[in-house]
Amino acid sequence: MNGSSTSMPLFSAHALEPIQTGRACWQQLSFSLHKGDRLGLVAPSGAGKTLLLRALAQLDPLRSGELCCRGASPGKLGMTQWRAMVMLVAQRCAVTPGTVEDNLRLPLQWRQHRHQASWQRATIVAWLEALGRTSDFLGWDAEQLSGGEQQVLNLLRALQLQPVVLLLDECTASLDPSTCRAMETLLLRWLSETERACVFTSHDPDQIERFCNRVLALP
Amino acid sequence: MSMGTGAIAISNGQLAASASLILLNIVLSTVLRLGLGRSLLLASGRMVVQLLLIGQVLQWLFLQQNPGLILALSLLMALMASLAAVHRTRHRFAGIYWQSFLSITASAALVTGLAMAGIIRVQPWTTAQYWIPLLGMVLGNTLNAISLGLDTLMERMLSQRAILECALSLGASRWEACRPQVREAIRVAMIPTINSMMVMGLVSLPGMMTGQILEGALPSAAVRYQIVILFMINSATALGVTAIVTLAYLHLTSPQHHLRLDRLQRLDQPTMKRMLQGKG
Repeated sequence: MNGSSTSMPLFSAHALEPIQTGRACWQQLSFSLHKGDRLGLVAPSGAGKTLLLRALAQLDPLRSGELCCRGASPGKLGMTQWRAMVMLVAQRCAVTPGTVEDNLRLPLQWRQHRHQASWQRATIVAWLEALGRTSDFLGWDAEQLSGGEQQVLNLLRALQLQPVVLLLDECTASLDPSTCRAMETLLLRWLSETERACVFTSHDPDQIERFCNRVLALP
Repeated sequence: MSMGTGAIAISNGQLAASASLILLNIVLSTVLRLGLGRSLLLASGRMVVQLLLIGQVLQWLFLQQNPGLILALSLLMALMASLAAVHRTRHRFAGIYWQSFLSITASAALVTGLAMAGIIRVQPWTTAQYWIPLLGMVLGNTLNAISLGLDTLMERMLSQRAILECALSLGASRWEACRPQVREAIRVAMIPTINSMMVMGLVSLPGMMTGQILEGALPSAAVRYQIVILFMINSATALGVTAIVTLAYLHLTSPQHHLRLDRLQRLDQPTMKRMLQGKG
Protein backbone atom coordinates (compact mmCIF):
# COMPACT_ATOMS: atom_id res chain seq x y z
CA MET A 1 0.00 0.00 0.00
CA ASN A 2 1.37 3.36 -0.95
CA GLY A 3 1.55 6.34 1.33
CA SER A 4 -0.45 9.46 0.62
CA SER A 5 2.69 11.56 0.31
CA THR A 6 6.22 11.14 -0.98
CA SER A 7 7.79 12.80 2.08
CA MET A 8 9.40 10.69 4.81
CA PRO A 9 6.64 8.79 6.60
CA LEU A 10 5.86 9.39 10.28
CA PHE A 11 5.47 5.70 10.77
CA SER A 12 6.27 2.61 8.74
CA ALA A 13 5.69 -1.10 9.08
CA HIS A 14 7.56 -3.51 6.82
CA ALA A 15 6.96 -7.22 6.19
CA LEU A 16 5.17 -7.84 9.49
CA GLU A 17 4.49 -11.45 10.48
CA PRO A 18 2.36 -12.18 13.53
CA ILE A 19 3.59 -14.44 16.31
CA GLN A 20 0.33 -16.42 16.35
CA THR A 21 0.04 -18.78 13.43
CA GLY A 22 -2.77 -21.00 14.66
CA ARG A 23 -5.35 -19.36 12.35
CA ALA A 24 -5.42 -17.54 9.04
CA CYS A 25 -4.09 -14.04 9.57
CA TRP A 26 -2.29 -11.22 7.81
CA GLN A 27 1.19 -12.04 6.55
CA GLN A 28 4.03 -9.93 5.15
CA LEU A 29 2.11 -6.75 5.90
CA SER A 30 3.66 -3.41 4.99
CA PHE A 31 2.29 0.13 5.15
CA SER A 32 3.30 3.61 6.13
CA LEU A 33 1.59 6.64 7.65
CA HIS A 34 2.16 10.29 6.92
CA LYS A 35 1.11 13.38 8.78
CA GLY A 36 -2.66 13.57 9.19
CA ASP A 37 -3.26 10.03 7.87
CA ARG A 38 -6.31 8.21 9.17
CA LEU A 39 -5.84 4.63 8.06
CA GLY A 40 -8.95 2.49 8.32
CA LEU A 41 -8.37 -1.23 8.84
CA VAL A 42 -11.12 -3.25 7.18
CA ALA A 43 -11.50 -6.96 7.77
CA PRO A 44 -14.07 -9.49 8.96
CA SER A 45 -14.13 -10.42 12.64
CA GLY A 46 -11.25 -12.68 13.63
CA ALA A 47 -9.00 -11.54 10.80
CA GLY A 48 -6.49 -10.13 13.25
CA LYS A 49 -7.21 -6.38 13.42
CA THR A 50 -6.68 -6.23 17.19
CA LEU A 51 -3.66 -8.52 16.87
CA LEU A 52 -2.15 -6.09 14.36
CA LEU A 53 -2.80 -3.03 16.53
CA ARG A 54 -1.32 -4.77 19.60
CA ALA A 55 1.73 -5.75 17.55
CA LEU A 56 2.15 -2.17 16.27
CA ALA A 57 2.06 -0.96 19.90
CA GLN A 58 4.49 -3.77 20.77
CA LEU A 59 2.18 -5.17 23.42
CA ASP A 60 2.62 -8.50 21.63
CA PRO A 61 5.88 -9.42 19.93
CA LEU A 62 6.09 -9.91 16.16
CA ARG A 63 7.60 -13.01 14.61
CA SER A 64 9.39 -10.82 12.10
CA GLY A 65 9.18 -7.42 10.45
CA GLU A 66 10.33 -3.89 11.04
CA LEU A 67 8.61 -0.98 12.70
CA CYS A 68 9.76 2.60 12.61
CA CYS A 69 8.33 5.80 14.09
CA ARG A 70 9.99 9.15 13.33
CA GLY A 71 13.07 7.27 12.13
CA ALA A 72 13.51 5.12 15.23
CA SER A 73 12.73 1.46 15.90
CA PRO A 74 11.17 0.10 19.12
CA GLY A 75 14.53 -1.44 20.01
CA LYS A 76 16.27 1.91 19.74
CA LEU A 77 13.62 3.86 21.66
CA GLY A 78 12.86 1.29 24.35
CA MET A 79 9.43 -0.20 24.82
CA THR A 80 7.92 2.42 27.12
CA GLN A 81 8.93 5.29 24.86
CA TRP A 82 7.71 3.43 21.77
CA ARG A 83 4.30 2.89 23.37
CA ALA A 84 4.16 6.53 24.42
CA MET A 85 4.67 7.44 20.73
CA VAL A 86 2.62 4.63 19.16
CA MET A 87 -0.30 4.40 21.56
CA LEU A 88 -3.08 1.84 21.56
CA VAL A 89 -6.55 2.75 22.78
CA ALA A 90 -8.07 -0.67 23.34
CA GLN A 91 -11.64 -1.62 22.60
CA ARG A 92 -12.06 -2.85 26.16
CA CYS A 93 -11.92 0.13 28.50
CA ALA A 94 -9.95 -0.20 31.70
CA VAL A 95 -10.37 2.24 34.55
CA THR A 96 -8.82 2.28 37.99
CA PRO A 97 -10.68 3.15 41.21
CA GLY A 98 -11.14 6.89 41.68
CA THR A 99 -12.60 9.78 39.73
CA VAL A 100 -12.29 10.48 36.03
CA GLU A 101 -9.67 13.12 36.88
CA ASP A 102 -7.68 10.56 38.93
CA ASN A 103 -7.68 8.27 35.91
CA LEU A 104 -6.60 11.06 33.59
CA ARG A 105 -3.81 12.15 35.90
CA LEU A 106 -2.44 8.65 36.57
CA PRO A 107 -0.29 8.26 33.42
CA LEU A 108 1.18 11.73 33.95
CA GLN A 109 2.97 10.36 37.04
CA TRP A 110 4.84 7.74 35.04
CA ARG A 111 8.47 8.27 34.14
CA GLN A 112 7.73 8.31 30.42
CA HIS A 113 5.35 11.26 30.69
CA ARG A 114 6.45 13.02 33.89
CA HIS A 115 8.68 15.50 32.10
CA GLN A 116 6.90 15.61 28.75
CA ALA A 117 3.23 16.02 29.57
CA SER A 118 1.41 17.82 32.34
CA TRP A 119 -2.13 18.09 33.63
CA GLN A 120 -3.92 20.45 31.24
CA ARG A 121 -7.29 20.91 32.85
CA ALA A 122 -8.38 23.69 30.47
CA THR A 123 -7.64 21.52 27.42
CA ILE A 124 -9.47 18.53 28.89
CA VAL A 125 -12.50 20.68 29.75
CA ALA A 126 -12.51 22.12 26.21
CA TRP A 127 -12.45 18.56 24.80
CA LEU A 128 -15.26 17.53 27.14
CA GLU A 129 -17.36 20.51 26.04
CA ALA A 130 -16.73 19.58 22.42
CA LEU A 131 -18.22 16.18 23.31
CA GLY A 132 -21.29 17.75 24.93
CA ARG A 133 -20.12 17.30 28.53
CA THR A 134 -19.17 19.67 31.32
CA SER A 135 -16.23 19.76 33.73
CA ASP A 136 -18.46 17.92 36.27
CA PHE A 137 -17.52 14.76 34.39
CA LEU A 138 -14.01 15.00 35.88
CA GLY A 139 -15.38 14.40 39.38
CA TRP A 140 -17.45 11.34 38.52
CA ASP A 141 -16.56 7.89 39.84
CA ALA A 142 -14.78 6.22 36.93
CA GLU A 143 -15.97 2.74 37.84
CA GLN A 144 -19.60 3.85 37.71
CA LEU A 145 -19.38 5.25 34.17
CA SER A 146 -21.39 3.71 31.35
CA GLY A 147 -19.55 1.93 28.53
CA GLY A 148 -19.74 5.03 26.33
CA GLU A 149 -18.54 7.34 29.10
CA GLN A 150 -15.61 5.02 29.79
CA GLN A 151 -14.71 5.20 26.09
CA VAL A 152 -14.67 9.00 26.32
CA LEU A 153 -12.31 8.74 29.32
CA ASN A 154 -10.19 6.17 27.50
CA LEU A 155 -9.75 8.42 24.46
CA LEU A 156 -9.08 11.65 26.34
CA ARG A 157 -6.53 9.84 28.52
CA ALA A 158 -4.58 8.91 25.39
CA LEU A 159 -4.99 12.25 23.57
CA GLN A 160 -3.55 14.26 26.47
CA LEU A 161 -0.32 12.17 26.30
CA GLN A 162 0.32 13.50 22.76
CA PRO A 163 1.29 10.29 20.95
CA VAL A 164 2.57 10.47 17.36
CA VAL A 165 0.45 7.56 16.15
CA LEU A 166 -2.86 6.70 17.76
CA LEU A 167 -4.11 3.13 17.32
CA LEU A 168 -7.88 3.18 17.83
CA ASP A 169 -9.46 -0.26 18.22
CA GLU A 170 -13.23 0.20 17.83
CA CYS A 171 -12.93 2.92 20.40
CA THR A 172 -16.21 4.61 19.51
CA ALA A 173 -18.31 1.42 19.43
CA SER A 174 -20.20 2.27 22.64
CA LEU A 175 -20.78 5.96 21.90
CA ASP A 176 -24.18 7.31 20.89
CA PRO A 177 -24.30 8.65 17.29
CA SER A 178 -24.01 12.34 18.19
CA THR A 179 -21.08 11.82 20.63
CA CYS A 180 -19.48 9.56 18.02
CA ARG A 181 -19.64 12.36 15.42
CA ALA A 182 -18.33 14.88 17.95
CA MET A 183 -15.47 12.52 18.80
CA GLU A 184 -14.57 12.17 15.12
CA THR A 185 -14.47 15.97 14.80
CA LEU A 186 -12.32 16.24 17.92
CA LEU A 187 -9.93 13.57 16.61
CA LEU A 188 -9.64 15.34 13.24
CA ARG A 189 -8.79 18.61 14.99
CA TRP A 190 -6.28 16.86 17.30
CA LEU A 191 -4.61 15.13 14.34
CA SER A 192 -4.23 18.41 12.45
CA GLU A 193 -2.52 20.23 15.37
CA THR A 194 0.93 18.76 14.71
CA GLU A 195 2.58 15.76 13.05
CA ARG A 196 0.21 12.96 13.97
CA ALA A 197 -1.56 10.02 12.37
CA CYS A 198 -3.94 7.28 13.42
CA VAL A 199 -4.98 3.75 12.57
CA PHE A 200 -8.67 3.15 13.03
CA THR A 201 -10.83 0.04 13.19
CA SER A 202 -14.60 -0.02 13.19
CA HIS A 203 -17.35 -2.41 12.18
CA ASP A 204 -19.27 0.54 10.73
CA PRO A 205 -18.32 0.95 7.04
CA ASP A 206 -19.98 4.39 6.97
CA GLN A 207 -17.73 5.56 9.80
CA ILE A 208 -14.62 4.27 8.01
CA GLU A 209 -15.77 6.04 4.85
CA ARG A 210 -16.48 9.25 6.76
CA PHE A 211 -13.44 9.41 9.04
CA CYS A 212 -10.56 7.72 7.23
CA ASN A 213 -8.60 9.06 4.27
CA ARG A 214 -7.07 5.68 3.46
CA VAL A 215 -8.20 2.08 3.85
CA LEU A 216 -6.17 -1.08 4.33
CA ALA A 217 -8.10 -4.30 3.77
CA LEU A 218 -6.71 -7.24 5.70
CA PRO A 219 -7.00 -10.64 4.00
CA MET B 1 14.51 -19.61 80.46
CA SER B 2 14.10 -22.76 82.46
CA MET B 3 14.88 -25.99 80.65
CA GLY B 4 13.83 -28.11 83.58
CA THR B 5 11.38 -30.96 83.45
CA GLY B 6 8.65 -29.29 85.46
CA ALA B 7 5.78 -30.38 83.25
CA ILE B 8 3.90 -33.61 83.98
CA ALA B 9 5.13 -36.28 81.53
CA ILE B 10 2.42 -37.65 79.24
CA SER B 11 2.25 -41.46 78.97
CA ASN B 12 1.11 -43.46 75.92
CA GLY B 13 -2.22 -44.10 77.66
CA GLN B 14 -2.77 -40.39 78.17
CA LEU B 15 -1.92 -39.77 74.50
CA ALA B 16 -4.50 -42.37 73.49
CA ALA B 17 -7.06 -40.71 75.78
CA SER B 18 -6.43 -37.34 74.10
CA ALA B 19 -6.92 -38.96 70.69
CA SER B 20 -10.45 -39.90 71.74
CA LEU B 21 -11.29 -36.20 71.64
CA ILE B 22 -11.13 -36.36 67.85
CA LEU B 23 -14.00 -38.87 67.95
CA LEU B 24 -16.27 -35.96 68.82
CA ASN B 25 -15.34 -34.30 65.54
CA ILE B 26 -15.87 -37.52 63.58
CA VAL B 27 -19.34 -38.02 65.13
CA LEU B 28 -20.21 -34.41 64.31
CA SER B 29 -18.98 -34.84 60.75
CA THR B 30 -21.02 -38.03 60.33
CA VAL B 31 -24.23 -36.60 61.81
CA LEU B 32 -24.05 -33.38 59.82
CA ARG B 33 -22.70 -35.22 56.73
CA LEU B 34 -19.80 -32.83 56.44
CA GLY B 35 -17.71 -35.44 54.64
CA LEU B 36 -14.71 -34.59 56.79
CA GLY B 37 -14.32 -37.94 58.55
CA ARG B 38 -11.62 -39.27 56.24
CA SER B 39 -9.72 -35.99 56.28
CA LEU B 40 -9.92 -35.78 60.07
CA LEU B 41 -8.58 -39.31 60.52
CA LEU B 42 -5.82 -38.73 57.97
CA ALA B 43 -4.82 -35.38 59.47
CA SER B 44 -4.82 -36.78 63.01
CA GLY B 45 -2.77 -39.79 62.00
CA ARG B 46 -0.26 -37.65 60.11
CA MET B 47 0.02 -35.20 62.97
CA VAL B 48 0.74 -37.93 65.54
CA VAL B 49 3.26 -39.78 63.37
CA GLN B 50 5.04 -36.59 62.24
CA LEU B 51 5.33 -35.21 65.78
CA LEU B 52 6.48 -38.50 67.34
CA LEU B 53 9.10 -38.83 64.62
CA ILE B 54 10.36 -35.26 64.89
CA GLY B 55 10.49 -35.69 68.68
CA GLN B 56 12.90 -38.59 68.25
CA VAL B 57 14.91 -36.82 65.56
CA LEU B 58 15.29 -33.65 67.61
CA GLN B 59 16.28 -35.57 70.73
CA TRP B 60 19.02 -37.33 68.74
CA LEU B 61 20.07 -34.10 66.99
CA PHE B 62 20.42 -32.15 70.24
CA LEU B 63 22.82 -34.78 71.53
CA GLN B 64 24.93 -34.72 68.33
CA GLN B 65 25.35 -30.91 68.01
CA ASN B 66 26.65 -31.51 64.50
CA PRO B 67 26.45 -28.31 62.36
CA GLY B 68 26.14 -30.37 59.15
CA LEU B 69 23.14 -32.24 60.48
CA ILE B 70 21.56 -29.05 61.78
CA LEU B 71 22.02 -27.45 58.34
CA ALA B 72 20.53 -30.50 56.62
CA LEU B 73 17.46 -30.51 58.87
CA SER B 74 17.07 -26.74 58.46
CA LEU B 75 17.14 -27.07 54.67
CA LEU B 76 14.65 -29.92 54.83
CA MET B 77 12.32 -27.81 56.98
CA ALA B 78 12.65 -24.88 54.56
CA LEU B 79 11.98 -27.20 51.62
CA MET B 80 8.82 -28.57 53.22
CA ALA B 81 7.68 -25.03 54.06
CA SER B 82 8.26 -23.80 50.50
CA LEU B 83 6.37 -26.78 49.03
CA ALA B 84 3.46 -26.21 51.42
CA ALA B 85 3.41 -22.49 50.57
CA VAL B 86 3.06 -23.20 46.84
CA HIS B 87 0.53 -26.03 47.27
CA ARG B 88 -1.99 -23.65 48.77
CA THR B 89 -2.02 -21.34 45.73
CA ARG B 90 -4.50 -21.70 42.87
CA HIS B 91 -2.05 -21.02 40.04
CA ARG B 92 1.43 -22.21 39.11
CA PHE B 93 4.28 -21.06 36.90
CA ALA B 94 7.62 -22.61 36.03
CA GLY B 95 10.10 -21.84 38.77
CA ILE B 96 7.47 -21.12 41.44
CA TYR B 97 8.95 -23.79 43.76
CA TRP B 98 12.47 -22.43 43.48
CA GLN B 99 11.27 -18.91 44.09
CA SER B 100 9.30 -20.03 47.12
CA PHE B 101 12.29 -21.99 48.49
CA LEU B 102 14.66 -19.09 47.92
CA SER B 103 12.36 -16.50 49.55
CA ILE B 104 11.51 -18.66 52.57
CA THR B 105 15.05 -19.90 53.16
CA ALA B 106 16.74 -16.52 52.77
CA SER B 107 14.28 -14.60 54.95
CA ALA B 108 13.99 -17.23 57.71
CA ALA B 109 17.73 -17.96 57.85
CA LEU B 110 18.65 -14.27 57.90
CA VAL B 111 16.21 -13.34 60.64
CA THR B 112 16.80 -16.45 62.78
CA GLY B 113 20.58 -16.10 62.40
CA LEU B 114 20.46 -12.43 63.40
CA ALA B 115 18.27 -13.19 66.41
CA MET B 116 20.43 -16.10 67.55
CA ALA B 117 23.74 -14.31 67.16
CA GLY B 118 22.78 -10.71 67.87
CA ILE B 119 19.74 -10.69 70.15
CA ILE B 120 19.48 -13.91 72.19
CA ARG B 121 23.27 -14.37 71.85
CA VAL B 122 23.32 -18.15 72.02
CA GLN B 123 26.84 -19.65 72.21
CA PRO B 124 27.49 -21.12 69.70
CA TRP B 125 24.73 -19.48 67.62
CA THR B 126 24.02 -22.76 65.82
CA THR B 127 22.99 -24.55 69.05
CA ALA B 128 20.27 -26.92 67.80
CA GLN B 129 18.10 -26.63 70.90
CA TYR B 130 17.49 -22.94 70.05
CA TRP B 131 18.06 -22.84 66.29
CA ILE B 132 15.63 -25.58 65.23
CA PRO B 133 12.55 -24.51 67.26
CA LEU B 134 13.04 -20.82 66.43
CA LEU B 135 13.57 -21.55 62.74
CA GLY B 136 10.50 -23.80 62.76
CA MET B 137 8.30 -21.09 64.20
CA VAL B 138 9.57 -18.51 61.72
CA LEU B 139 9.15 -20.90 58.77
CA GLY B 140 5.65 -21.93 59.82
CA ASN B 141 4.45 -18.34 59.86
CA THR B 142 6.36 -17.20 56.78
CA LEU B 143 4.89 -19.96 54.63
CA ASN B 144 1.34 -18.78 55.31
CA ALA B 145 2.24 -15.24 54.34
CA ILE B 146 4.04 -16.40 51.21
CA SER B 147 1.01 -18.45 50.16
CA LEU B 148 -1.27 -15.47 50.63
CA GLY B 149 1.09 -13.06 48.88
CA LEU B 150 1.65 -15.31 45.88
CA ASP B 151 -2.01 -16.19 45.50
CA THR B 152 -3.11 -12.57 45.80
CA LEU B 153 -0.55 -11.34 43.26
CA MET B 154 -1.44 -13.98 40.67
CA GLU B 155 -5.18 -13.54 41.18
CA ARG B 156 -5.01 -9.72 40.97
CA MET B 157 -2.77 -9.74 37.90
CA LEU B 158 -5.19 -12.08 36.12
CA SER B 159 -8.39 -10.33 37.15
CA GLN B 160 -6.94 -6.87 36.43
CA ARG B 161 -5.25 -7.82 33.20
CA ALA B 162 -7.13 -5.14 31.22
CA ILE B 163 -5.94 -2.43 33.61
CA LEU B 164 -2.35 -3.68 33.40
CA GLU B 165 -2.42 -3.80 29.59
CA CYS B 166 -4.01 -0.36 29.44
CA ALA B 167 -1.21 1.06 31.61
CA LEU B 168 1.47 -0.60 29.48
CA SER B 169 -0.14 0.65 26.26
CA LEU B 170 -0.06 4.21 27.67
CA GLY B 171 3.70 3.99 28.27
CA ALA B 172 3.96 2.66 31.82
CA SER B 173 6.94 0.50 32.72
CA ARG B 174 6.15 -2.97 34.04
CA TRP B 175 6.78 -1.76 37.59
CA GLU B 176 4.54 1.30 37.17
CA ALA B 177 1.79 -0.89 35.73
CA CYS B 178 2.01 -3.67 38.34
CA ARG B 179 2.82 -1.59 41.44
CA PRO B 180 -0.79 -1.56 42.79
CA GLN B 181 -1.08 -5.34 42.46
CA VAL B 182 2.35 -5.93 44.04
CA ARG B 183 1.53 -3.59 46.91
CA GLU B 184 -1.86 -5.21 47.48
CA ALA B 185 -0.31 -8.70 47.54
CA ILE B 186 2.24 -7.67 50.19
CA ARG B 187 -0.44 -5.88 52.23
CA VAL B 188 -2.83 -8.85 52.20
CA ALA B 189 -0.01 -11.24 53.13
CA MET B 190 1.02 -9.15 56.13
CA ILE B 191 -2.47 -8.74 57.60
CA PRO B 192 -2.67 -12.06 59.54
CA THR B 193 0.72 -11.49 61.22
CA ILE B 194 -0.18 -7.93 62.23
CA ASN B 195 -3.65 -9.05 63.42
CA SER B 196 -2.18 -11.81 65.55
CA MET B 197 0.24 -9.34 67.15
CA MET B 198 -2.69 -7.02 67.90
CA VAL B 199 -4.53 -9.60 70.02
CA MET B 200 -1.47 -11.39 71.42
CA GLY B 201 -1.90 -11.89 75.15
CA LEU B 202 -5.49 -10.65 75.03
CA VAL B 203 -7.09 -13.38 72.94
CA SER B 204 -4.32 -15.89 72.38
CA LEU B 205 -1.48 -17.24 74.49
CA PRO B 206 1.12 -18.49 72.02
CA GLY B 207 2.18 -22.13 72.07
CA MET B 208 5.82 -21.47 72.76
CA MET B 209 5.04 -19.30 75.76
CA THR B 210 2.54 -21.83 77.08
CA GLY B 211 5.15 -24.59 76.71
CA GLN B 212 7.75 -22.64 78.63
CA ILE B 213 5.30 -21.89 81.44
CA LEU B 214 4.32 -25.58 81.66
CA GLU B 215 8.02 -26.39 81.90
CA GLY B 216 8.24 -24.15 84.96
CA ALA B 217 9.57 -20.91 83.46
CA LEU B 218 8.39 -17.65 84.99
CA PRO B 219 5.61 -16.14 82.83
CA SER B 220 7.47 -12.81 82.86
CA ALA B 221 10.50 -14.54 81.32
CA ALA B 222 8.40 -16.56 78.87
CA VAL B 223 6.72 -13.46 77.44
CA ARG B 224 10.12 -11.95 76.70
CA TYR B 225 10.97 -14.91 74.48
CA GLN B 226 7.59 -14.61 72.87
CA ILE B 227 8.14 -10.93 72.09
CA VAL B 228 11.45 -11.73 70.41
CA ILE B 229 9.78 -14.52 68.43
CA LEU B 230 6.95 -12.29 67.26
CA PHE B 231 9.33 -9.61 66.05
CA MET B 232 11.32 -12.32 64.26
CA ILE B 233 8.17 -13.70 62.62
CA ASN B 234 7.07 -10.26 61.55
CA SER B 235 10.41 -9.38 60.08
CA ALA B 236 10.86 -12.72 58.26
CA THR B 237 7.31 -12.51 56.93
CA ALA B 238 7.87 -9.05 55.50
CA LEU B 239 11.18 -10.07 53.92
CA GLY B 240 9.89 -13.37 52.56
CA VAL B 241 6.70 -11.92 51.13
CA THR B 242 8.49 -8.99 49.51
CA ALA B 243 11.01 -11.42 47.99
CA ILE B 244 8.44 -13.88 46.59
CA VAL B 245 6.07 -11.21 45.29
CA THR B 246 8.94 -9.37 43.58
CA LEU B 247 10.32 -12.56 42.03
CA ALA B 248 6.86 -13.63 40.85
CA TYR B 249 6.05 -10.19 39.39
CA LEU B 250 9.37 -10.21 37.50
CA HIS B 251 8.56 -13.67 36.14
CA LEU B 252 5.06 -12.64 35.03
CA THR B 253 6.34 -9.63 33.09
CA SER B 254 9.28 -9.31 30.71
CA PRO B 255 12.22 -6.88 30.69
CA GLN B 256 10.60 -5.47 27.50
CA HIS B 257 7.58 -4.53 29.61
CA HIS B 258 5.26 -7.22 28.27
CA LEU B 259 2.75 -9.05 30.40
CA ARG B 260 3.58 -12.76 30.57
CA LEU B 261 0.41 -14.08 32.16
CA ASP B 262 0.56 -16.91 29.62
CA ARG B 263 3.15 -18.36 31.97
CA LEU B 264 0.44 -18.94 34.57
CA GLN B 265 -1.41 -22.21 34.77
CA ARG B 266 -4.63 -22.53 36.69
CA LEU B 267 -4.70 -25.56 38.93
CA ASP B 268 -7.91 -27.37 38.07
CA GLN B 269 -6.84 -30.93 38.64
CA PRO B 270 -6.29 -32.08 42.21
CA THR B 271 -2.61 -32.76 42.79
CA MET B 272 -1.34 -35.94 44.39
CA LYS B 273 -0.48 -33.94 47.49
CA ARG B 274 -4.03 -32.59 47.78
CA MET B 275 -5.43 -36.07 47.30
CA LEU B 276 -3.16 -37.39 50.04
CA GLN B 277 -4.42 -34.60 52.25
CA GLY B 278 -7.97 -35.68 51.52
CA LYS B 279 -8.73 -32.43 49.67
CA GLY B 280 -9.13 -34.04 46.28
